[in-house]
Amino acid sequence: MFYELYLVYQFIIKFFKEVFLPPYEGKEIMRQCYQVGYRSLALISLTGFITGIVFTKQSRPSLAEFGATSWLPSLVGIALLRTLAPLLTALISAGKVGSSIGAELGSMKVTEQIDAMEVSATNPFKFLVVSRVLATTITIPILTFYTALVGLLGSFVNVAMFEETSFSGFISSSLESITFLDIIASTIKAILFGFTIGMVGCYQGFNSSKGTEGVGKAANSSVVIGMFLVFIEEVLATQITFLFRT
Amino acid sequence: MQKNNRIEHPEEREKVITIRDLNKSFGDYHVLKGVNLDLYDRENLVVLGKSGTGKSVLIKIISGLLKQDSGTVEVLGKEISLLNERDLQELRIHIGFSFQNSALYDSMTVRENLEFPLVRNRKKLTKKEKDYAVESVLDAVSLGQTINQMPSELSGGQRKRIGIARTLILQPKIMLYDEPTAGLDPITCLEINGLINEVQERYHTSSIIITHDLTCAKQTGDRITMLLDGQFNKVGTFEEVFNTDDERVKSFYEYNFIE
Repeated sequence: MFYELYLVYQFIIKFFKEVFLPPYEGKEIMRQCYQVGYRSLALISLTGFITGIVFTKQSRPSLAEFGATSWLPSLVGIALLRTLAPLLTALISAGKVGSSIGAELGSMKVTEQIDAMEVSATNPFKFLVVSRVLATTITIPILTFYTALVGLLGSFVNVAMFEETSFSGFISSSLESITFLDIIASTIKAILFGFTIGMVGCYQGFNSSKGTEGVGKAANSSVVIGMFLVFIEEVLATQITFLFRT
Repeated sequence: MQKNNRIEHPEEREKVITIRDLNKSFGDYHVLKGVNLDLYDRENLVVLGKSGTGKSVLIKIISGLLKQDSGTVEVLGKEISLLNERDLQELRIHIGFSFQNSALYDSMTVRENLEFPLVRNRKKLTKKEKDYAVESVLDAVSLGQTINQMPSELSGGQRKRIGIARTLILQPKIMLYDEPTAGLDPITCLEINGLINEVQERYHTSSIIITHDLTCAKQTGDRITMLLDGQFNKVGTFEEVFNTDDERVKSFYEYNFIE
């Protein structure tokens, strides 16, 4: 257990050493960013939209009791930006992207492709790990704001079914209650989630044991550990944000 | 069928690899027990042995993929275990490693596989020069038509050839072949053996060929040795190695069904 933690620590330190040293794999980072975004986009769009509809529908009766349905856009906006969008995006990415990274690197390890890179005088850690971790760290925050936007769209659809409202009016009402701290906290949280998902997937794949069983295990562990860490980070981030808010 | 143009007395040439008292264990299993070996300039040295005797471990130590427990491995005058990451990468440009399962990057086309080491180690090359290098190695392995194919579309023999081509693109001085004929049909084995000899002649490489295939050993080896119980028994020609009373060597010979 402690030895494993030490290996994880070494893996993270190696990432921070390699990320600043040339050569820079810009083309591969861009390719991975596209892959991460492309792989998750459809599912994130659907989930974000449905979450917006369902959350609005579920919140409306409680607010209606106090005659406060006009607060609905603000409530949805805050809920989406502070927690729902970062968490949903991270969980979907852990499932789609984390497992894919774990399986891909695990398979490369098993079939000696990582060794082949190493003996052809290429740094496999830089090419495979640094590029993927940077890609998830860059792309997941972007996807998070996209999820929030799609969620607001879903919420607007639900609101528009019951009352007359314009889209621009709905959006401006939603954004009214959102503070600069909310945006900064969500961005930092999404960056952290992205880094965690990429790092877990790469660590599991890069260190997978030999054999096809190892590939499956790497993919599975990437999802399970990735999601677990995302939840832990969410709790910690919420506590820290509350300290700043009070 | 013996190797044509077999090099006589390679010992008179310059040493490119020198291994002394090499030991390597995995847990309680002592794989290499004080191994000594020399590879001379432009010779093909075949290392024979049963599966699990540490043949692949030996070349993985030579290429720096594994670290020895003790002993020295000098490659082109540099002690592998003393090199830092950057110096090891520079040395690896001169070492070609052909993997048992080819280890082609399966998400890349044949062209991208071949260009991969080139774009990272020969950054000043123009596109035209890169194209020429790719076409040249594909020509050397007679697989020019596969340039835009994915590795999954290639046969086992073609994959081996492309794997060898990928190592040749950096024009290494030393080639390490890990079981080059494993899992191939007899005809393709003969083709791969011919290719190994062609590589030696065309690129002037010194090679270590790890195999348990006696036909491969006979057709490609200038010198042959056998890894038995973690040590080399004798280094010499095919006849010198197998003209012995050692039961372990005789049984290895008999089970290979060679004429």
